[in-house]
Amino acid sequence: MAGMQMTENRAQWLSVHPLVVRMTHWINALTVLVMVTSGWRIYNASPLFDFTFPAAITLGGWLGGALLWHFAAMWLLVTNGVTYLLYGLLSGHLRRKLWPIKPDAVLADILDALRGRLSHQDLSLYNAAQRAVYAVLILAMISLVISGLAVWKPVQLQELASGLGGYEGARRIHFAAMALTVALVVVHVSMVLLVPRTLGAMITGRIRRDS
Amino acid sequence: MKKIITVQNLLSKGESSTLKHLQRRLFLRQSLTLGALSLLSGCQITEQKDVDQILHAMSAWNDRVQGWLFDPRKLAPEYPESAITHPFPFNAFYDEDEVPVIDEADYRLELAGLIQDKKPWALPELYALPQVSQITRHVCVEGWSAIGKWSGTPFGAFLKRVGADTSAKFVGFKCDDDYYTSIDMATALHPQTLLTFRYADQILPAKYGFPMKLRVPTKLGFKNPKHIRAIFVTNEYPGGYWEDQGYNWFSGS
Ligand code: HEM
Repeated sequence: MAGMQMTENRAQWLSVHPLVVRMTHWINALTVLVMVTSGWRIYNASPLFDFTFPAAITLGGWLGGALLWHFAAMWLLVTNGVTYLLYGLLSGHLRRKLWPIKPDAVLADILDALRGRLSHQDLSLYNAAQRAVYAVLILAMISLVISGLAVWKPVQLQELASGLGGYEGARRIHFAAMALTVALVVVHVSMVLLVPRTLGAMITGRIRRDS
Repeated sequence: MKKIITVQNLLSKGESSTLKHLQRRLFLRQSLTLGALSLLSGCQITEQKDVDQILHAMSAWNDRVQGWLFDPRKLAPEYPESAITHPFPFNAFYDEDEVPVIDEADYRLELAGLIQDKKPWALPELYALPQVSQITRHVCVEGWSAIGKWSGTPFGAFLKRVGADTSAKFVGFKCDDDYYTSIDMATALHPQTLLTFRYADQILPAKYGFPMKLRVPTKLGFKNPKHIRAIFVTNEYPGGYWEDQGYNWFSGS
């Protein structure tokens, strides 16, 4: 796919993100937005903690509307996520881009990033901090889906639910996984804003070699 | 009303708030991108309908998936007495002081639809049916859950006894508080689906649904009608009070 665009000026353009990754990434970003904002509205109907989410940043208008959004978007989230993971595993994309994750390298990169000294020379490679964020984000979303299934079907999927502390336990895990996901997305999007060149690459799939 | 808010929320997520984009339209009437935006706002009404249609189609799909997922032999977990929630929450679409008052002596349960023996049932006759108890978790669509103890007669056996057509699709309920709902036949015949007359070993108090509540531990709380006046069996989708407003119909747990 990217090969066709590249034939003209092979020397200048470097392909960094395969089409499947870009498509599933943007579909996922939109779906996560729908899931999270409708989820907040559902949370507000019976808050676990001492706060609710401002209605203005929730989706659905009322509990019933939010549930419709949540249970519609979950299909997109899961099919899209499975597509990404299958592609990533079978093509070697995940292994190449997200592996290995070495704790000391992650720490060093985080410290560099805080000092504003993290290198962004080669956008075809993720630095260690980035790899860690993406890997944990993927795991957080897998936990969201699994705990979500237990909350949705605590009787039919009771074996799963009982492994997560039953309905009430699964509800709390679902909330915690949401909080982790949102926090990491905030970090992720802030990093993108700091290095805006990456955004273009995630859309077109290519970067100029000499840029 | 509520559905309008739904779509505005979606638009505001994608396109900044409707207000802002109106303001911008006033400032930059000629700009090309704004042309696209005003097109979008012009389409708002149709988009709204489209979005609603998609959401409802997905909800119907979820009904089907839950039907497949439902295992008629799988039992909801049961709990010891010590796990019971005190006090068990009152919940309805009205306040506790508006709970209907039902006269025990006059009360008759009516049967309708695809049922052979439509003779109405008085409470003593219902109390004389075989009774079982169950301590299960009630899961509310709002997200909270509570454990309670209900006693009554297995609903499937009752349906068979009155000659209900158990190959029909739906069992519907009309209640004395103007509530109404319906469930699938497979769930109606589930061994833990009970027509209950007691809560915590006492005759159901008014706030928990006197004279009877259908207890369905495989479904969300709003699929457990209280103050039941009439039960009918049908192949035509009967909907429900909340279901008609957008809650998912199957709502299995
Ligand atoms: C508006 C929101 C978002 C923006 C602007 C954004 C932007 C980006 C960009 C630019 C990259 C490539 C980074 C690089 O080349 O260095 C990327 C990668 C990635 N993003 Fe996002 N993202 C957003 C939302 C999300 C969300 C919600 C998730 C997950 C919940 C997510 C998960 C990921 C993952 C896992 C990768 C690595 C993909 C791979 O190479 O396999 N992103 N994102």
